[in-house]
Amino acid sequence: MHIRMSAQADPLEWRKAARALAMAGIAPDAVRWSVGSDLFAADPVPMSERAPPRVPRAFPGLLETAICHSDPERFALLYQLLWRLQNQPKLLEIAPDPDVQRLHRMVKSVRRDSHKMHAFVRFREVPGQGPRRFIAWFEPDHHIIAHATPFFARRFADMDWLILTPKGSARFHAGQLHTDETPAEKPDLEDATEALWRTYFSSIFNPARLKVRAMQSEMPRKYWKNLPEAELIPGLIASAKDRVAQMAAAAPKAPPAFHAAIQSRRVMPEAPTGTWDMMRADAMACTRCDLHAQATQAVLGEGPEDAPLMIVGEQPGDHEDLTGRPFIGPAGQVLDRALAQAGLDRGRIYLTNAVKHFKFVPRGKRRIHQRPNTAEVSHCRWWLKQEIELVQPRLIVAMGASAVLGLTGQPVKMTDVRGHVVAGVPPILPTWHPSYLLRLPDATAAKAETANFTRDLALAAEFIASAGNPAGLR
Amino acid sequence: MKKSLQQRLAILADAAKYDASCASSGTVRRDARAGGIGSTEGMGICHAYAPDGRCISLLKILLTNFCIYDCAYCINRSSSNVERARFTPEEVVWLVLEFYRRNYIEGLFLSSGIARSSDHTMEQMVRIARDLRQVHGFKGYIHLKTIPEASAKLIEEAGLYADRLSINIELPTDHGIAQLAPEKQPRQIRRAMADLRLKIEDAAEPTLTGRRKRFAPAGQSTQMIVGADGADDATILGSSARLYGSYGLKRVYYSAFSPIPDASAKLPPAKPPLMREHRLYQADWLYRFYGFSVAEITSARPDGMLDLDLDPKLAWALAHRADFPVDVNRAPREMLLRVPGFGTKTVDAIIKARRHRSLTLDDLDRMRVSLRKVRPFVTAAGWTPLRLIDRADLRQVFAPEPKQLALF
Repeated sequence: MHIRMSAQADPLEWRKAARALAMAGIAPDAVRWSVGSDLFAADPVPMSERAPPRVPRAFPGLLETAICHSDPERFALLYQLLWRLQNQPKLLEIAPDPDVQRLHRMVKSVRRDSHKMHAFVRFREVPGQGPRRFIAWFEPDHHIIAHATPFFARRFADMDWLILTPKGSARFHAGQLHTDETPAEKPDLEDATEALWRTYFSSIFNPARLKVRAMQSEMPRKYWKNLPEAELIPGLIASAKDRVAQMAAAAPKAPPAFHAAIQSRRVMPEAPTGTWDMMRADAMACTRCDLHAQATQAVLGEGPEDAPLMIVGEQPGDHEDLTGRPFIGPAGQVLDRALAQAGLDRGRIYLTNAVKHFKFVPRGKRRIHQRPNTAEVSHCRWWLKQEIELVQPRLIVAMGASAVLGLTGQPVKMTDVRGHVVAGVPPILPTWHPSYLLRLPDATAAKAETANFTRDLALAAEFIASAGNPAGLR
Repeated sequence: MKKSLQQRLAILADAAKYDASCASSGTVRRDARAGGIGSTEGMGICHAYAPDGRCISLLKILLTNFCIYDCAYCINRSSSNVERARFTPEEVVWLVLEFYRRNYIEGLFLSSGIARSSDHTMEQMVRIARDLRQVHGFKGYIHLKTIPEASAKLIEEAGLYADRLSINIELPTDHGIAQLAPEKQPRQIRRAMADLRLKIEDAAEPTLTGRRKRFAPAGQSTQMIVGADGADDATILGSSARLYGSYGLKRVYYSAFSPIPDASAKLPPAKPPLMREHRLYQADWLYRFYGFSVAEITSARPDGMLDLDLDPKLAWALAHRADFPVDVNRAPREMLLRVPGFGTKTVDAIIKARRHRSLTLDDLDRMRVSLRKVRPFVTAAGWTPLRLIDRADLRQVFAPEPKQLALF
């Protein structure tokens, strides 16, 4: 049976023919496909009442692309696949199958050809009245004129353009795209803007890193004759070595006059005058331990300078590190809820951390919190001490072992010390860190310990309200 | 005499070519069917390639190469005798549109030396992006280099018009920055990246009215110069991992430090091999898409450098032979990804196909896998590498022929 396609790449026409063949039960090896005018007339397909063929969802897209391929066997291969899909609906998933492999190779080749057309078409402007008009000449490998040119219609919608190829042409006029498979002739055109483009092309090239093969694998020579910039390539390659040698041989020159002027104008930013601001500026530049080079910024405390209550946590977390503010991440939200329940106003509390920089290890797109070590905590006591001296709180709530370590220098077991005020100047009340509550896997335990945490904060509120009356003092 | 547009284009493109970033992908889809000109359709397009192997996707230029900074590695540093020039914002807009109409480019990559002040320079850059979008209805791609010291309001506006914003970290360690770029503050760069991340994430959150705010939909990226300071590959990759994790970067670009005219005496006399840059990109991919940690990637050698002769996955596999061979018909995805010669697409195709049949080496061959490369590392139906994996000379099978030493 002989089937003749009138167009090189019309998926609808092929679909109609293939559907009729499949319904008539005609096997692939009994069909001969041709395209265009042929010495022999096409055979009529007998009518049939059989069910139409079924295809997986991916097939129509692959068909639309593969049918553009210049291989005359494409129609037969597609019909062979359609035929096999009726008994093997998952056939397309078997990548090593020879038919599937051939299909994928065709699809890939057509996609690459279209992509190169989108990349290497060069429009030249044609002077005239009305909307601006541009013409391009391109030589594709496959019959992609209808498949690849809607891209240009979406992109260059406010101008009239014409793309001519040996396999047909596409015309965009007054907002409408028309394509045609009639071979076109190469036009003879010039465009003054190409001189600027060539200047750009040769200036963006770095002679010190010649990689001709890398260029050619992406921009094969067959495209060069239609690219206005490509005629520069041999010259750029030939002169690269000398240009690099000249750079290396050139004697160092004295800096230009304005360099000295700029350098003398440079002034260091004035040191902040107030003690508070000075401490802040110093802390931002702190390099006492290695954490500073990993984190975004030092996160200092936040709150009134005369706050009666200070709360010290462990270290800033991911969100705190990005924003520069303490206790605004998930742990901060647990703290906020507990503060509200304990009757404390966050705005009246000075909140800070034992360690000012976030310690973490990167894992993919996330940062995993790492507990600061003793050395890091003790380096950072420098800042914590200054904060305490400036704020002079009546009580400090120390959340977690790192906070207690930072405040007292003593490593402790939290279960031993939690919930009891330790005398001192100022006194310290150790409690859980809210992150610990978030991490407790057992819901009952989490609930109980959250209650303890809230109770400890209530105790702190009571302590502050009674003006330092040592009610809870041990 | 005032330099012509063409002369200035030559200077300001030359000044921009040391920035490796060229991507025009990953932004929202837009086109000109409802007016204006231009489109972005997910995939980036490289419109040309220069003989240095780099793609030309965007018009990559500097607004001006006057700069008050004196970064040793930079051709535009204030102590350099390079010729100086500047564009007006109108000239940049004109160049972008005329190049775009002729299908030379996907859009604009605009950077600048810091002339006068950070805010003055950033303001001019934002103006160009605003004019392109609002006056000319430009729907193509815009990448703006962000000046870390610029005011928050300008950055906010830049994100409204640009697809991508980027700030170059330039060197992998704070120490390196202090030595070679004394005016740059690593802390300020990190804070600026953190601010960008917060703004990008904030814009991605749907608002109550369902309308999304726009802020740099193609995210942020950065660049590190390789070989200008003494940092080894492990340090470089560690910095990248930190930057990816901390600031949600889309890409870290590595740029092998390149000789420049009128180079500073502070720079090393020899340029690093371009292969080193290539290996770093491969390692970066292994970290982001193949489940390797930085420690694993750099474990094959004791000196913290990647092997220049072997790609990092092969080097890792040769150093971890006990983990091989991997059964292509049974191994989990994570293990298949570790086989030298299998890319992510091959692995996905293998997993799909093996549900239907038991795969042989011939099947892999038809799937366009290099058998030479994978044979020692896999078992398949009818294939076991026997003792191939234990061969002492396996490295020689893959390593390039040793080059003859140059005779003085």
